[in-house]
Amino acid sequence: MKPPVERANAPSLAERAYRIRRHALRMGEVQGQGYIAQALGIADVLAVAYFHALRYRPHDPEWEGRDRFLLSIGHYAIALYAALIEAEILPADELETYGADDSRLPMSGMATYTPGMEISGGSLGQGLAIAVGHALALKRKKSDAFVYCLFSDGECGEGAVWEGASGAAHWKLDNLIGIIDYNDQQADGPSSQVTGLNGLADRFTAFGWHAQRIDGNDLGAVVAAFDTARALAEPKPRVIICDTKMAKGVPFLEQRERNHFLRVEPQEWQEALRVLAAGRVS
Amino acid sequence: MRNKYERPARLREQGEGGQGGASRLTTSAMIASLAAPGQRTKPAPFGRALAALAETRPEIVGLTADLGKYTDLHVFAEAHPDRFYQMGMSEQLLMCAAAGMAREGFMPFATTYAVFAARRAYDFICLAIAEEKLNVKIVCALPGLTTGYGPSHQATEDIAIFRGMPDLAIVDPCDALDVEQAVPAIAAHDGPVYMRLLRGNVPLVLDEYDYSFELGRAKLIRDGADALVVSSGFMTMRALEAAKLLEADRVGLAVLHCPTIKPLDEATILGEARRRGRLVVVAENHTVVGGLGEAVAGVLMRSGVSVPFRQVALPDAFLDAGALPTLHTRYGISAEAMAASIKTWL
Repeated sequence: MKPPVERANAPSLAERAYRIRRHALRMGEVQGQGYIAQALGIADVLAVAYFHALRYRPHDPEWEGRDRFLLSIGHYAIALYAALIEAEILPADELETYGADDSRLPMSGMATYTPGMEISGGSLGQGLAIAVGHALALKRKKSDAFVYCLFSDGECGEGAVWEGASGAAHWKLDNLIGIIDYNDQQADGPSSQVTGLNGLADRFTAFGWHAQRIDGNDLGAVVAAFDTARALAEPKPRVIICDTKMAKGVPFLEQRERNHFLRVEPQEWQEALRVLAAGRVS
Repeated sequence: MRNKYERPARLREQGEGGQGGASRLTTSAMIASLAAPGQRTKPAPFGRALAALAETRPEIVGLTADLGKYTDLHVFAEAHPDRFYQMGMSEQLLMCAAAGMAREGFMPFATTYAVFAARRAYDFICLAIAEEKLNVKIVCALPGLTTGYGPSHQATEDIAIFRGMPDLAIVDPCDALDVEQAVPAIAAHDGPVYMRLLRGNVPLVLDEYDYSFELGRAKLIRDGADALVVSSGFMTMRALEAAKLLEADRVGLAVLHCPTIKPLDEATILGEARRRGRLVVVAENHTVVGGLGEAVAGVLMRSGVSVPFRQVALPDAFLDAGALPTLHTRYGISAEAMAASIKTWL
């Protein structure tokens, strides 16, 4: 297993997660809207990805030796921009341009706009299948880099996810790590009710994957799951299903229902930042 | 209107229970050869050209969705087994995996049938491949009406579907020579390409003319004073046959072969169309909707070139199943039907 990227005296993962949430809230405030609940929910996973697991060079985002991080869920761009800012791949002052004309940070993530954004997500269901191509190519190049793909519970309704799952297992892609954000919210309601996601981990296991299901807001559990996925000797792709809480870290937003596209009133952004800071753990 | 509860006429005439004395029925075939009896052909020009090109281009990889044999990619797979990726019956994965490999610096040639690429995998080609101008070459068998299996396999509208996709080059070669020359040409093009494939024993026609394939260029194959045929795909072969048939009636047919549908060689088309006194006929193995015909019509109109204009193309309909020669005659894209149409238009 490759060494983690943590540096001496580096901020803790909890502090990284706090800052990722803070960057995301500030972008949300700029636009007055956004998929902020998803960003707050996935922040812990992104903190572990960018500050424990991934190999990358902040000032050389296309460095050949990097681990690839593919964002299939394009609307989570606000979350990934926050992580990329925290990772110093993007400059912090750029968050003020989020969603604005001519910005490098469009509302839905696209490879052609943003350094560190590997693919154009957004047409849900494509990311995992694209990750299969990256993983095959890296094996051809005899690279030891990993391909991570972040997709969502609702996205598992797309058939292409399962074409990708099948292909990854067939090709024994042990360099592919899928991360599913299971926040149980999609556009029309709870994912477990829209069409149901019974036995999601079992489905991946049946396809020939190594599957873990964890609390995606428990940093220790996320670190352990990433370590397990990376260290596994079995020649099979790996998936980590992360149960996360929408709007995690801002209790008055966590309690809002139907928060796939969370309404936040103008005066609430500052309140959210204050509440988030109050709960800060470093 | 087809009535599935009515027995075929030729059986009805013989009464119930037998077909004694009836001549053998012509049948449909999945992969019917376009070659006329005795016509010169070349086997698997795409697979052979790709295998040869790959000798000097290590970045080339071949991917298919369970149609290696039926797209001639098996020739490449046999020559370069470690560079062949079987993606199974999964066209969405095929296109996305090709995108991922292209993003890592490889040049994937992805093959399937035209219906599956155009209809099923469109979103994946559009966003995973074309939006990033990735270097993926999509090569698809059974374009237009080249199988008798009916609408499930007849990609009569693939060009109409793909013409709307920005940055995708579209190639419709005529014969074995065109196919084998197009392979290195599309590889040299930096960006995504959709190529209609003729596979198996492919007719060889264009070697009799002073012709070579150039991406983005239309080429005058023969000149004629009365009508100009602008054509792509095997309809150029049919146009050349029609021209010979029409010689007997002292009708001079010019044939402008236009194997690149997009980007269209507007200058050459306009140059030929502006020559006075000729009917312009666009001939294509595709529906009248949204293909080369409407592309050429748009160029002529936007440039203020007003000429008599006709299309030899498939109707805007779901086509019948059956034997290819029957269907080509039925829908007016055989050489004889084309010659007859042009005579009535002159």
